[in-house]
Amino acid sequence: MTVVVDLANLVAIALFIYGLHELNSPATARRGNRFAMAGMAIALIFILVRTQAVGWPEVLLGVAIGAIVGVVAAVKVKMTAMPQMVALYNGAGGGAAALISTVEHYVAHGSSMNDVIAVSLVLSAIIGSVSFAGSIIAFLKLQEVMTGRPVTYPGQQFVNALVLFGILALGVWFIVTLGTLPAWGYLALLLGALLLGVLFVLPIGGADMPVVISLLNSFTGVAVAITGFEIDSTLLIICGALVGASGTILTVAMSRAMNRPLTNVLFGAFGAKGGMEIASAGGAPQQIRSASADDVAVMLAYANKVVFVPGYGMAVAQAQHSVKALADQLEKRGVNVMYAIHPVAGRMPGHMNVLLAEANVAYNQLLDMDDANSEFPTADVALVIGANDVTNPAARNVRTSPIYGMPILDVDKAANAVVLKRSMRSGFAGIENPLYEMPNTSMLFGDAKASVDALTAAVKAL
Amino acid sequence: MMDISHFVELLTVLMLAIFVGFEVISKVPTTLHTPLMSATNAIHGIVLAGAIVIVAALVEAGVHSALLTILAVAAVTLGAINVFGGFAVTERMLQMFRRKESGK
Repeated sequence: MTVVVDLANLVAIALFIYGLHELNSPATARRGNRFAMAGMAIALIFILVRTQAVGWPEVLLGVAIGAIVGVVAAVKVKMTAMPQMVALYNGAGGGAAALISTVEHYVAHGSSMNDVIAVSLVLSAIIGSVSFAGSIIAFLKLQEVMTGRPVTYPGQQFVNALVLFGILALGVWFIVTLGTLPAWGYLALLLGALLLGVLFVLPIGGADMPVVISLLNSFTGVAVAITGFEIDSTLLIICGALVGASGTILTVAMSRAMNRPLTNVLFGAFGAKGGMEIASAGGAPQQIRSASADDVAVMLAYANKVVFVPGYGMAVAQAQHSVKALADQLEKRGVNVMYAIHPVAGRMPGHMNVLLAEANVAYNQLLDMDDANSEFPTADVALVIGANDVTNPAARNVRTSPIYGMPILDVDKAANAVVLKRSMRSGFAGIENPLYEMPNTSMLFGDAKASVDALTAAVKAL
Repeated sequence: MMDISHFVELLTVLMLAIFVGFEVISKVPTTLHTPLMSATNAIHGIVLAGAIVIVAALVEAGVHSALLTILAVAAVTLGAINVFGGFAVTERMLQMFRRKESGK
């Protein structure tokens, strides 16, 4: 029997890896996801077979609740809310790993406990709990239940270090006693890890969420891999390692796109002081040019090439469908429309791509940063829709700017730049954007969706 | 003490999986980063398999504790949310990705 189960696991693992491989192109990605689903189905069915009906009522109850909750949420969630949804699913995985450790602690008590189980049990309980609590804080920030600004207080790093040290000490105690420590010891370990998850995400700002979400994803992967050591399952080890690797790649890619070391993203509380920098910098009155929708419509309609630059503002205003409608109008007039996507635009890796895909924008019209930057110099208009810091030319040439060195979209190199913005308030990082004062830049103030709709109507009327 | 050679085998598997993961995933284009993240997110839902094993172990050990049973069922529930929700959301996103028809 075990041989059959092992062989089924082998098939499942092959399907996971091949499925991930198929994700390397939008044309095959859907098939890839199906392969991974098939792998998951096989793995789960044969795990049930292996348990030979022991505990099935409990399992089926849990699976029924989880499947309903998970699928209903997945179908209902708006595409703009996808970052927080992914954070919640991720937290669920981390929480499951921590709970498995907790139950294993009492089941394996005494008899089958050994040093490998003790070490992996402690690690997966800690990492799983951090991932669970951290994901929930990330969810609350993204859902704007709590402030998206970094939450800081004096001695923060010290408190975090103290909590981490306490957890590690409890973990060592658990390991040397092979889990025979008093119950409060393990409870304190769990609560401490949950607290650490909260404290760790609190000081990280909304705009840095692409990094945090990737990192938490990788944490859950690691927790699952370690759970594999705990219950002696190569299946969990391999899946966990795949996810850990993917989360790490994304985390590194995101910090690189912000030109900030990961430690700065995690501990720098970037954007905490926000508003104050603007006040101090507000010397000369800004030379900004405000344009009307009709002016901009003429500019767009008679252009050869227009590059749209979407940002988080487009997601907030849910303007992706309006943007697509404007693009359709322009294309009808023979304008070449493309979209420039900055890697950290939005709140998770690839956020803008998903929103535009939802609005039926073809993925081959979406340009990544390098391709987009070779298009701007020959573009007639760059239309910035709710993006700010990722278009800030100060990142290129103002050494004192906090974002100096961050790779940006060279919107200012287009013949004309039009910026759709709610007001002159600065972006998340609280840094002034010299783009707005450049002679070839016009500002179109208002809600992103309303402005884009007005542009579409004006283009149509021409 | 766990059998050392078995432990080393598991470590070998872990190492190989990490390398495969880096190789396969570094080829995914930025356009697909969100689906990649949610697909891998669903894959770590394999933790559900671990939860199923732990429920069986709990029942087999004859531990009659309401608290532990609730925790074990909660582990299964969270794992199931992770698996089913993760794959459903990925599928929903990938359905939206289309290529522009050449004729247009």
